[in-house]
Amino acid sequence: MMNIVVCIKQVPDTTEIKINPATGTLIREGVPSIMNPDDKGGLEMALRLKDLYGANVTVITMGPPQADAILREAFAMGVDRTILLTDRKFAGADTLATSNALAAALKCLDYDLIITGRQAIDGDTAQVGPQMAEHLDLPQVSYVVDLKYEGRHVIVKKETEDGYQMLEAETPCVLTVLASANQARYMTVSGIMEAFDKEVEIWNVSKINVDEAKLGLAGSPTRVKSSFTKAQKGAGQVYEVDAEEAVGIIISKLQEKYII
Amino acid sequence: MAKKYYLCKNLKCLIMDFSLTKQEELFLKMIREFAEKEVKPLAADVDEEERFPMETVEKMGKIGLMGIPVPKQYGGQGGTNQIYTMAVEELSRVCATTGVIVSAHTSLCIAPILENGNEEQKMKYIPKLASGEWIGAFGLTEPNAGTDAAMQQTTAVDAGDKWILNGSKIFITNSGYAHVYIIMAMTDKSLGTKGISAFIVEDGMPGFSVGKKEKKMGIRGSATCELIFENCEVPKENLLGNLGKGFGIAMKTLDGGRIGIASQALGIAQGAMDETVKYTKERKQFGKSIASFQNTQFQMADLETKIQAARLLVRSAAYKKDQKLPYSADAAMCKLFAAETAMEVTTKAVQFHGGYGYTREYPVERMMRDAKITEIYEGTSEVQRMVIAGKLFK
Repeated sequence: MMNIVVCIKQVPDTTEIKINPATGTLIREGVPSIMNPDDKGGLEMALRLKDLYGANVTVITMGPPQADAILREAFAMGVDRTILLTDRKFAGADTLATSNALAAALKCLDYDLIITGRQAIDGDTAQVGPQMAEHLDLPQVSYVVDLKYEGRHVIVKKETEDGYQMLEAETPCVLTVLASANQARYMTVSGIMEAFDKEVEIWNVSKINVDEAKLGLAGSPTRVKSSFTKAQKGAGQVYEVDAEEAVGIIISKLQEKYII
Repeated sequence: MAKKYYLCKNLKCLIMDFSLTKQEELFLKMIREFAEKEVKPLAADVDEEERFPMETVEKMGKIGLMGIPVPKQYGGQGGTNQIYTMAVEELSRVCATTGVIVSAHTSLCIAPILENGNEEQKMKYIPKLASGEWIGAFGLTEPNAGTDAAMQQTTAVDAGDKWILNGSKIFITNSGYAHVYIIMAMTDKSLGTKGISAFIVEDGMPGFSVGKKEKKMGIRGSATCELIFENCEVPKENLLGNLGKGFGIAMKTLDGGRIGIASQALGIAQGAMDETVKYTKERKQFGKSIASFQNTQFQMADLETKIQAARLLVRSAAYKKDQKLPYSADAAMCKLFAAETAMEVTTKAVQFHGGYGYTREYPVERMMRDAKITEIYEGTSEVQRMVIAGKLFK
């Protein structure tokens, strides 16, 4: 039977985040944690393959012990096995250190497909998936919105800025998926009832074969130079005029700003 | 799942733990998202068009909402009554029609088969009901047998290899869409309530038909019709429970149903509260939000307190049902209080919305119409008081 590993991340629900107007920083208290939306799209894609062809779906996440919550949710959606990769030595990881840890963990698992979300809503880097594929020396397709499994290879639809590409990739491979690929299923009631009786496997550094210098803060070459809060865009002005007059208004506005 | 009561040795009494279990927390996350995304967008249309939301029933079936407190061996979800009440509450918070479809199906059809059926009956009916493939209904009320339910005029005559039913039932929730009906009928008029028996009637059985559909004030998407039995042939094996035990089955079924309706009322009240908090914060008069007026604050504080009190009564009754403790009076109390709270909250919600609240632009108008039925069906508020007083003066 096909083995699919889905990598997911617990993130703050950024739709619920408010900015402190005085300091311009994020108010993190009381912000709920959720399964990253693109990862949920990837998980749904894996579960649909399971429905169609039968598969063992394993979900892995790297994070603090609280990340257990998204693994329970994954159980309630129908996955077979969950792994929480957690260790203080992973703390402070940037995308490279994260992908090093995840790739090392993935080497301990059997897989025909590795699926993850395109990017996490807390960082928006879209780097971890492709980096994992490089560490594992596997083919990769990013921005996937649809997939057809044909045994030795997959045919995937990759979204691009102005359309899409149909690509064929040999398995095993790494796919990074968009949340818009599908509507993720709801947890089932029986899945919820059983989710807490199942075992979330806890893996720490000693469980995976990895150079500890490549983990956590020490293994993270990224340095944040500065960060700032984007200024709020002012409200636009609405003109209810016909097209000809509208063109005139737009031209004069652009000229006013020396754009044309 | 954690025990919700524990014994306090010093006080020699049971103490209730009000915290949610992990399963309940996760369930609430799921059901709120489902209600918000799948149910709420249809609610106004379902009401306006008096349309039974079949597509929602199919979606609910898929994720297990049509068979929550049903053991896994019968194709159910293995959930608790507590979780079931949360489901009805959260669905009703956005659409009371959807809430009562689940409540009548689960409490009035699945429950009596589970509690009184033999193994063959359970295996034949429960899996398809619990999956939502079949919808369930319950028929006790007749034109001349409302609160005085013992006045059953529908008869069932033993005809050797089958029962022959004649008569009619009215105000039957889910009728026309249901496949399975639990029907009460007189098998021996001379015995009074002891002559009433319960039957499982399937849609399509010869002589069974669905009559006129009621045009209602509220829960307009829920199907409420008359059932007609004209020499209706019901197989011998479809007698539910023992002969002459139908009245007891009906009363016990309604005890359970009342927790479902209380949850529906609670959901309606909470939904109206949500809308009113939002509206009063946005609506400005005399230069400030109407939420900043003390009249608004004091009235809303009282309503919020009543909603929370109703919720605790529902939780307590559901807990007792889960623990197989007697809960008849608890069910009556939670339905009585939640229904009257729903009526009060929705009426005041319309008042807080002013002229806008009286229009269908805002959902509180629908909620007020929906709330009224919770004081009437599955025993009027007066019947609940009779049940409670009956326990009190036993």
